[in-house]
Amino acid sequence: MVETAAPNSAIPSTSRKDWSSDQEVRWCPGCGDYSILAAVQMLMPELGVRRENTVFISGIGCAARFPYYMNTYGMHSIHGRAPAIATGLSVTRPDLDVWVVTGDGDALSIGGNHLIHALRRNVKLTILMFNNQIYGLTKGQYSPTSEVAKVTKSTPFGSLDTPFNPVSLALGAEASFVARTHDMDRAHMQEVFRRAHEHDGAAFVEVYQNCNVFNDGAFEKITSRDARSSMLIPLTHGEPIRFGADLERGVVQRSDGRLETVDVSDVGVEALLVHDESRPDPGLAFALSRLSRGPYEPTPIGVFRAVDRLEYGSEMSRQVSEAQERKGVGDLNELLRSGSSWTVG
Amino acid sequence: MTSGTDSKKKTEGENPDHATEKIDRVVIRFAGDSGDGMQLTGDRFTSVSALLGNDLATFPDFPAEIRAPAGTLAGVSAFQVHISDHDILTPGDAPNVLVAMNPAALKANIGILGKGATVIVNVDAFDERNLSKAGYETNPITDGSLGAYRVYEVPMTSVTQEVCKQAGVKPRDAERSKNFFALGLVSWLYTRPTSPTIEWIEKRFAENPKVAEANTRAYRAGYDFGETAELFESNYEVRPASFEKGEYVQVTGNTALAWGLIAASRLSGLPLFLGSYPITPASDILHELSRRKEFGVKTFQAEDEIAGVGAALGASFGGSLGVTTTSGPGLDLKSETIGLAVGLELPLVVVDVQRGGPSTGLPTKTEQADLLHAIYGRHGESPVPVVASMTPSHCFEAAIEAVRIAVKYRTPVILLSDGYLANGAEPWRLPDLESFAPIDPDFAVGGRAGSNGAQEEFSPYTRNEDTLARPWAPPGVPGLEHRIGGLEKEDGSGNVSYDPINHERMVRLRAEKVARIADDIPRVEVDDEGGDADVVVVGWGSTYGAIAAGIRRVRARGGKAAQIHLVHLNPLPRGLGEALAEYKKILVPEANLGQLSKILRAEYLVDARALTKVQGVPFRAAEIEEAILSMTEGS
Ligand code: SF4
Repeated sequence: MVETAAPNSAIPSTSRKDWSSDQEVRWCPGCGDYSILAAVQMLMPELGVRRENTVFISGIGCAARFPYYMNTYGMHSIHGRAPAIATGLSVTRPDLDVWVVTGDGDALSIGGNHLIHALRRNVKLTILMFNNQIYGLTKGQYSPTSEVAKVTKSTPFGSLDTPFNPVSLALGAEASFVARTHDMDRAHMQEVFRRAHEHDGAAFVEVYQNCNVFNDGAFEKITSRDARSSMLIPLTHGEPIRFGADLERGVVQRSDGRLETVDVSDVGVEALLVHDESRPDPGLAFALSRLSRGPYEPTPIGVFRAVDRLEYGSEMSRQVSEAQERKGVGDLNELLRSGSSWTVG
Repeated sequence: MTSGTDSKKKTEGENPDHATEKIDRVVIRFAGDSGDGMQLTGDRFTSVSALLGNDLATFPDFPAEIRAPAGTLAGVSAFQVHISDHDILTPGDAPNVLVAMNPAALKANIGILGKGATVIVNVDAFDERNLSKAGYETNPITDGSLGAYRVYEVPMTSVTQEVCKQAGVKPRDAERSKNFFALGLVSWLYTRPTSPTIEWIEKRFAENPKVAEANTRAYRAGYDFGETAELFESNYEVRPASFEKGEYVQVTGNTALAWGLIAASRLSGLPLFLGSYPITPASDILHELSRRKEFGVKTFQAEDEIAGVGAALGASFGGSLGVTTTSGPGLDLKSETIGLAVGLELPLVVVDVQRGGPSTGLPTKTEQADLLHAIYGRHGESPVPVVASMTPSHCFEAAIEAVRIAVKYRTPVILLSDGYLANGAEPWRLPDLESFAPIDPDFAVGGRAGSNGAQEEFSPYTRNEDTLARPWAPPGVPGLEHRIGGLEKEDGSGNVSYDPINHERMVRLRAEKVARIADDIPRVEVDDEGGDADVVVVGWGSTYGAIAAGIRRVRARGGKAAQIHLVHLNPLPRGLGEALAEYKKILVPEANLGQLSKILRAEYLVDARALTKVQGVPFRAAEIEEAILSMTEGS
């Protein structure tokens, strides 16, 4: 067994510097990844966690360089497999905070299988998926979140594939925590990341991230300073869902279950949908995820869903400790004789 | 191995009507439809024989289809068991007895029987429909085509139904108990005691007393049938073998392997984590380990093969003993992650229970065709130590050895077993657990301070001078925070490096680390009785029994042959090249098209000749014997 620091010794106070590694950050100048990294590095001292108990695991892609820049334990693994590797780590080391940093190609294309299964199992992982709707590292092919008809190096005549809506996908995969944020708003990112980190189970966060080299401005219509108030719909638990500079717009649910954006003055505040992230049924969260067809329409951000569900690793540990209580700690000599044995001589 | 049932001695049995003959060994093959319960029947017969003290070896031989159409050749499932009053090495070349539950079972197995073998058929199943399903135009029982065998026609189905009717079991349900009738009959024929099986039935079917009753009745009826039907002139006794003193159990390769992993977890103090995806014939290791939670074992049935190995590697990163189990197709899928483990230099054990390939191939049949894949099957220079088990019980030791190397050298290790070892059983003299050396995880320790009191930067790729192993620093230790990854790392610091000279240094270091393991494994062992043989037979893996038996036969005829059997395939043991150079001829029997022979030729510039067989079944001792003889005759 690994001998770790006494769990009840005081957690040293830290600053962003303590959480930054000595490695030169090598994303393209202007990349949205910088602001996400800064948000995380500045948030860590506030989380009351230990550096040595924090692990960042990534796959392949621009986002996947993230662990190198965190002065924590980390692994830059192989394409798409980070959720699987992180699952093995999380369930065997429940004392650790395991973060997965991934991108839209890594998580939704090559690693789609691992992502959905980590979510349905509810493994204690904080999964940050940087969605830039493009392949950056391989220099500009369309991704599983790119809009249809996207012209890229690999789709000179336009892409044919319908994109994934990552929030819908996560909800469909039984995720117990699903949220969305974007790289232009540090405070919002930090709040969402904090909530994701607190969640006991798999937390999935989609982060709209600008790739200024291969897909510049993909989210500009909704995340730019001017557009934000009218184009981002902040979700606040227990509050009516409203947006706009004067909160003049809102979301209502029609009798057929459909959600729609309306002028609050037309329907009255009472008619607005009140956000409830803790609803056991993911249906409404799913409907919210379908409110916008893409980052050019008013789009909800914040926590879509946060429900309590048994955490996979704790359940696995429970089965082990229950077996040990029931049978006593395993005796190898007995195990070898668990069939019938016979003696010669 | 001696040649068949030739040392009979007539003695008076306990039953006045039947003489009981003593024989030194017998090979029995139970064959029926996959729904007929032949594996269970064979397994029971084996267990009772083990309790009687016979030496034994088994060969379960079943189809890939869970339910091929009943009565067809594709659906035939067989279980071969060799019991003996002396030490044996294989499940036997040619069965002396075939129990055929239907025409298809007869047709599929008649060709491998020994001369004058006994054939016991369930005559009730030889109706027109079943005969035509098996492709018989005439009934082989009556058309004279079985003239070379001693055929016994036994109405197994109808007698079973009759005795079960008295217990109120419907004929349709009773029919399912006919395998117990067959077991009872063969148990009588080979004077096996009845009580262990009856007790076993009661326990096994405790929750279904009706079924227990039907099975018990069928079993007794079979036994009584032998005794009273006056069909058989005598029954037989196979006396206990003289085993070395000790405590024995009967064990299959998959069980022994699972237990070996648990033992290695104990020896190292590392909690065992298995990430696995169900695949034939490896799944039983997952099943066995998932039952053993009291040993602190965590098992994870992953979403796919890649996640299985990924989770195992993640667990290793966290300081557990990460293991994944699979068969050929799964090894393909795991290759990329194994490559990552080579680069990360973390312990990882990958168990490949080989089966016939390529692709889905022959899922339930044995083969040894993954050797080159295990050693070389990754992109880039990606050295991986490879260990192979030789017998079912040896899987225990081989698992411990794989873990020892993985932990000591911070490397993935591939452990090769195969379908024959996985399901085959043999008596195993339980080892003294104290005899295995502890495995030291030798975790990196934190808290080192530089001379000025500042934390010294932890360098995860500094190396132990002797082993070249790097420090293993699972998360949780202050001061040892570090990042590792699949990108090339700078020697020492482990930081990402694209420097060409550094890359070459790292490639060579990784290769050298694995090569040096040769200093840490036993030197080659040669079994050459007189030291003057011309031929050496070199094998690896499950061919051990057949090769050793073949060599015994050659020696029994006054011939000479030496044997080398390799457990470590990468790196190869020291002294192997010199040993091979001592012999005029080198024979390499392999259940592939010549993979080890290719390696030996490449490594040692010797004229190694492959003896190959890829039929999904193990070598027969006679095939090895013949090959040795024709090689020696040529010299
Ligand atoms: S390619 Fe795009 S995503 Fe990648 S680092 Fe450059 S700007 Fe960022």
